Amino acid sequence: MANHLAFALFKNGSLSVSSINRFARNIEAEITSNRKAGAYHHIALSVGEMAAFTRPGNFVAIKVGGENSNMVLRRAFAIYRSVDLGNGNGQIELVVAPHGQGSSWVAARAVGERLNIIGPLGTAFGIPTEPVRALLVGGGYGSAPLFGLSEVLKARGCRVDMVLGASTAMKIYAPLEGKRSVNALTITTDDGSAGIAGKVSDVVPDLIDSNAIDIVYSCGPMGMLEAITKISVEKGVLHQASVEESMACGIGVCMTCVLPVKGEDGVIRMLRSCIDGPVMNGEDVIWDSKRSIPEGTWGK
Amino acid sequence: MSSFDFTTSLGSAQFANPIFTASGCAGSGKELSQFFPLENLGAVVTKSIMLKPRSGRATPRMAETPSGMLNSIGLQGPGIDIFLENDIPWLVSQGATTVVSIAGESVEDYAILARRLRAVPGISALEVNISCPNVENRGQVFACDPVTARAAVESVRRNIGGELPIIAKLSPDVTDIAHIAAEVVSAGADGVALINTVLGMVIDTNTLRPKLAGKTGGLSGPAIRPVAVRAIYQVRSRLPHVSILGMGGVASGRDALELILAGANAVSVGTANFGNPLATMMVKSELEQLLQDKGFNSLREASGYAHRPEGNYDH
Repeated sequence: MANHLAFALFKNGSLSVSSINRFARNIEAEITSNRKAGAYHHIALSVGEMAAFTRPGNFVAIKVGGENSNMVLRRAFAIYRSVDLGNGNGQIELVVAPHGQGSSWVAARAVGERLNIIGPLGTAFGIPTEPVRALLVGGGYGSAPLFGLSEVLKARGCRVDMVLGASTAMKIYAPLEGKRSVNALTITTDDGSAGIAGKVSDVVPDLIDSNAIDIVYSCGPMGMLEAITKISVEKGVLHQASVEESMACGIGVCMTCVLPVKGEDGVIRMLRSCIDGPVMNGEDVIWDSKRSIPEGTWGK
Repeated sequence: MSSFDFTTSLGSAQFANPIFTASGCAGSGKELSQFFPLENLGAVVTKSIMLKPRSGRATPRMAETPSGMLNSIGLQGPGIDIFLENDIPWLVSQGATTVVSIAGESVEDYAILARRLRAVPGISALEVNISCPNVENRGQVFACDPVTARAAVESVRRNIGGELPIIAKLSPDVTDIAHIAAEVVSAGADGVALINTVLGMVIDTNTLRPKLAGKTGGLSGPAIRPVAVRAIYQVRSRLPHVSILGMGGVASGRDALELILAGANAVSVGTANFGNPLATMMVKSELEQLLQDKGFNSLREASGYAHRPEGNYDH
């Protein structure tokens, strides 16, 4: 089962040179909705045909600060959901955490304003070709791309369980329509203000066992992804993680968002999380909280 | 309008227009080619290629700064073998005019790289990036010392043969950039690329440590444009006939015109590509329009125009 699955995932998630930024377009997208959801903003954009080419796991890069801004770099946002309305019309939805100057600017935009966006960018979650039992694990607003993924998995007949964790209840992003797309949702918070007190990694091992999980999908802070990788390796289940590295361009030209990843040939290379990610096979990533270049890396 | 001449040259190399990518700011070319045909550029300047594959530095490699950014990539790249096997044939297949940038850790590295490139078809010019630490001289950057800057360029000149123009890329982190330029030109460079990034540092006030893993990084973007304009102006004054590839914070046709008026013959667009993959095409069309609006009949006529004597109001 596992080997067969791996093949299907590889076909979906693999990347050939000709596919770099293949569907990416630079457009002015009108904001059709912007509402506050806990600590976050849920923003919907009218993006035309871009929605039809968007897959769960893809992201967009948004120009911030307006015409005479002193912020020269785009900000990357995971796509929460894309809706293809047909006839070249479509919408994408984002979950924005107003942490810094750039994301705060995006969160403050009004309905009717236009955002300069490039998308869809990056790799997508691999979708199994047969109905499997999937566990989706999200940290903070890292839950954003998991709801769209859940819809796709459900449409393929998969059973979908979800675990969302955050420091506190306000930082759990789980909208009602999102909850409907999963079979069972478990919530953890560090302060115990919602769900189980603790971290997602405290509950994931039991969920994998009790629900006979075949594959884990995760998105959130790097420390969480490392912990989930460790668990999935121990349990012998496949794991695809959407990584979070700060990016300057999002389109593969700046070489700032790299992380060490072991290839099929066993060689570790510094790969770009915008082009070779953000979705990667968890066990291929050399998770390293010290963020050094691991020994044996190609070209070290 | 149609008689406007947008062509330019660096040494003996001719280019259809003066807008290039800046080294290290266009990936392998493939990434940007999804947004516009690379053949529309004056030239693609490749990332600086070294003898061996390089992993580059650890992360964080980047920090955004007011109107700019700091980077410390550490010349991550595949090395000359894979570069010649993959990157060059691909660029040629796209019809891209190509300037290859090379970087070495020793004078001998530059010699070997020049020999590897001398017979490769499809290359218009060589950019010699000498803003690298010289392992034979306590890690001192070649470009910051007239003697080592000269040695690196001489090494390329001796090994490249007579055909390919050599453009030496200089660092602004020196006392007298015109002096360094004069030295590399006398060592055989046909032109100079001005300017590489300006050395800087950002300290994270949360962790209370330098933000980049490499501690220092290269500052780029509009924040450094006046430094580029100054350097180009000074070198053009000292060396009226040397080719200058200008770069530093160019994000519009107006910015490119500023560098050209200071003395640049062509202009590379770098950091602006990160925020706008179509930046080069925008700069190109804006510049072409702007030059004509100012009454110039050619790009060549505008190059160095800011140096004309007082009291000349032709344009």
